[in-house]
Amino acid sequence: MIVVEKLSKSFNGNPVLVDIDLTVGTGEVVAVIGPSGSGKTTFLRCLNLLETPDSGTLRLGDLSIDTLRPLGQQQALVRRLRQQVGFVFQNFNLFPHRTALENVIEGPLVVKHMPRPQAEALGTQLLAKVGLAGKEAAYPRRLSGGQQQRVAIARALAMEPQVILFDEPTSALDPELVGEVLATIGDLAAEKRTMIIVTHEMSFARDVADTVVFFDHGRIVEQGDAKALFAAPQQARTRQFLSKFRGG
Amino acid sequence: MNQESLRVAYESLPFLLQGAWFTVVLSLGGMFFGLLLGFGLALMRLSRLPPVRWVAQVYVSFFRGTPLLVQLFLIYYGLPSLGIELDPLPAALIGFSLNMAAYTCEILRAAISAIDRGQWEACATLGMTRAQALRRTILPQAARTALPPLGNSFISLVKDTALAATIQVPELFRQAQLVTARTFEVFAMYLTAALLYWVLATVLAHVQHRLERRANRYDLEP
Repeated sequence: MIVVEKLSKSFNGNPVLVDIDLTVGTGEVVAVIGPSGSGKTTFLRCLNLLETPDSGTLRLGDLSIDTLRPLGQQQALVRRLRQQVGFVFQNFNLFPHRTALENVIEGPLVVKHMPRPQAEALGTQLLAKVGLAGKEAAYPRRLSGGQQQRVAIARALAMEPQVILFDEPTSALDPELVGEVLATIGDLAAEKRTMIIVTHEMSFARDVADTVVFFDHGRIVEQGDAKALFAAPQQARTRQFLSKFRGG
Repeated sequence: MNQESLRVAYESLPFLLQGAWFTVVLSLGGMFFGLLLGFGLALMRLSRLPPVRWVAQVYVSFFRGTPLLVQLFLIYYGLPSLGIELDPLPAALIGFSLNMAAYTCEILRAAISAIDRGQWEACATLGMTRAQALRRTILPQAARTALPPLGNSFISLVKDTALAATIQVPELFRQAQLVTARTFEVFAMYLTAALLYWVLATVLAHVQHRLERRANRYDLEP
């Protein structure tokens, strides 16, 4: 369970996030949607402190971080939080000098000090899980975008996080590769993993997410059950935004 | 050049090789300590604390902005007036290391800055410390960018060690000078010295090439 309270963030005096409250239950899949510049990616990056919020509290399990205190003074706590929060980037950010398997086991090896044979067994199993059995020795540049993103998902899974955050995981992909990554994320949803997914794939959000959160101008305009919200949005701004995706 | 010149050159070869040994020691020592100190300075230049950055910046500015020859004179002839007397070899080694550090600092800083922010972030999301990210992810990639200019600087250093002759280090160039003063075989002796420098620089260029291939292997393999 992850609880966000009164999270605010501004860049150079421009408010990007204003007093965001959000609670995500264990096993819940949340899709975050909204127009470009609405703050949804910044929100996601604040959740594992890739961006430093101006204020607000993050709670995950028994960890609690008050972002008003300088993060430099609570680095150990920040690292413990990050170990519990997986992150999948829009542009993958795989380690180009490591093979697919080495990418996946890097976290367990370096951060959790897992013995190498055990880490390799775990990594091989996770690569198979995302449909990449046999690609262990491939370097990222030899993989397609979709394959790279699935390696990145396996890398996040390898830390056995309580929550996985996805930042527009298919936005950098060729259209024909989007499906394989969405299918992988769908499989994780079916396992009842807690996930927060920033996405522009509306039909995916409707079909896979339990809850949808609509962001605009740094605020949550509307949130609720995914199917209900897509079927009958309550706010005018949400209706206006979703009307662009009708039939999608 | 006649046969006599060749004979003198050949007979003085052991003497020159003794000098070449000092050249190698100065070069490798300057590279090692220069790289070590330069790495520390590069980290200082990437620090979040402005005063730490300034110290490194002033250091680099001074050692790149003044002649190496003047630096060597300052250390060997100048420091005794402050009560610090150094033998020629340590003085030269310190001078070359301090000078080389200014160059390696800039090379490493540039190579580290060139790595995409996303690589730091990917490490952070796994819960790594900055030191772990640097060691495991950033430096292995920065090495690709840094190796060619580092190789350049190191080859320059091999040649610059000839300046140590001016502060009494019996290195290759100075040995050649001594033989020349005794035999007047100016051309033969300096040519032999030049060839020996060339051999050393070529060996170094070869090592650099091998290291570059190693650092690039993930980009070359099928």
